[in-house]
Amino acid sequence: MAIISIVVELKDQPGQLLKVIEPISKLGGNILSIIHQRDKRTPLGRIPVEVSLQIDEKKVEELIESIKGHGIIVRSYNEVRLLATTSILLVGHIIHTDLGDTINSIDKTGYAEVVEMHISMPHLNEPSTAMVTISATGKEKLREAINLLREVCNKKNILMIEPLNEEST
Amino acid sequence: MIRIAIFGFGAVGQGVAEILMNRERIERWIGEYRVVAVADSKGSICDENGISLKEALEAKKKGSLPPGMSVMDIIDSIDFDVAIEATPTNIETGEPGLSYIKACLNKGCHVVTSNKGPLVVAYKELAELAERKGVRLMFEATVGGAMPLIKLAKRDIAGNEILSIKGILNGTCNYILSRMEQERLSYHQILSEAQELKIAEANASYDVEGIDSAAKLVILANAVMGMDVSFNDVEVVGITSITPEAFEIAMEKGYTIRLIAEASRDGLRVSPRLLPLHHPLAVRGTLNAVLIQTDLAREIFVIGRGAGKIETASAIISDLIDIYSHDSSN
Repeated sequence: MAIISIVVELKDQPGQLLKVIEPISKLGGNILSIIHQRDKRTPLGRIPVEVSLQIDEKKVEELIESIKGHGIIVRSYNEVRLLATTSILLVGHIIHTDLGDTINSIDKTGYAEVVEMHISMPHLNEPSTAMVTISATGKEKLREAINLLREVCNKKNILMIEPLNEEST
Repeated sequence: MIRIAIFGFGAVGQGVAEILMNRERIERWIGEYRVVAVADSKGSICDENGISLKEALEAKKKGSLPPGMSVMDIIDSIDFDVAIEATPTNIETGEPGLSYIKACLNKGCHVVTSNKGPLVVAYKELAELAERKGVRLMFEATVGGAMPLIKLAKRDIAGNEILSIKGILNGTCNYILSRMEQERLSYHQILSEAQELKIAEANASYDVEGIDSAAKLVILANAVMGMDVSFNDVEVVGITSITPEAFEIAMEKGYTIRLIAEASRDGLRVSPRLLPLHHPLAVRGTLNAVLIQTDLAREIFVIGRGAGKIETASAIISDLIDIYSHDSSN
């Protein structure tokens, strides 16, 4: 899955946004945010609208063509880079408590994903240790993802060792 | 002439007595003084003309102080100017130290304490009482042992807003984690080693479950960050479930693990954290280390010995000197 951001130019009349949203939902995309840039009206009176969404990267081209097919001007689109990354250690019965579900709790947010993982399982039925690297679209989102993971780990009785955040304000 | 009473005569109280026996060293700072009472839970020695610390230490070495007045009786009936309170810590009730400190402050005496309990339970009440009575309540020894922290934060970086305090406040945990880092042995193996070396107590749960660190964090948050928090406001996770593999995997990314106490606007936490190996807080052995982040002075690191008889007594002595070096009437 990729996170992309599309800027379209919409006429200031009802039903326009729907023409953008419909193709997204048809292709299984997940909308993360819609921002109307009303203060940046084009000379022809159109309003730039930025839509951020999560979608299978293979379907991006198809989505753009489909939106254009509805007569919408697509000014630009680009994949959003994951801007903030951190590594977190998990210690406990990581495998037995459904590792897939633990990772998915991050991936399904749409703004963060597990980009790397390294697991060590010393013995069967003993606690495992995993280093999980999470990336998110921004620092704030990364913090949200970490909070989410903390809730999941609390429930599953997994010790979560977070990095010491050294940033000063 | 400053009259001193010592309440609590365990390792710390004895350490203070040993330093006070060196008159030449101390009188340079505070002028003439005498110790008029030494008491612990079982006995006491009192004399308004001054007792012999040597005798008190010898009595203790042989077993205990001779039966005598209780601490409360001493506070009621003997005149002294400053109490050094070093009784055992109870972070749930604060007792018996809490009652002793209140009685001393009410009597109009300064108090220097190494006891976390009363401050964790009733910091605000005690601070207000001291102010109302026009006396000082000093507690440098409660956090970070010999490390200058309280007076540093209150005085040396006065005018700064303290944005956060992060650090290692428990030497036992730090010993265990830094040994795990180096030896890759299990938590239980290193704990046994620490117990053999008397670095960890037989019942180490107070340390390894993060309770001691959390108590110190509460004191820092209330006393130097202007918060009004209690022990229950701290989210506490200890070090007991950390595996040797955790260090192995962390090291591959250039990290190690330490138990960090952290107070900021986001809240109070004690938990194992990943630290870059070269981070100044990644100290080894029983050392303590604290990073204070402020708006003007930015980052300040303090590293030092967080426990020990003489080290902790050093903090008490510095408080005692602080009280009297600012009071020209003595």
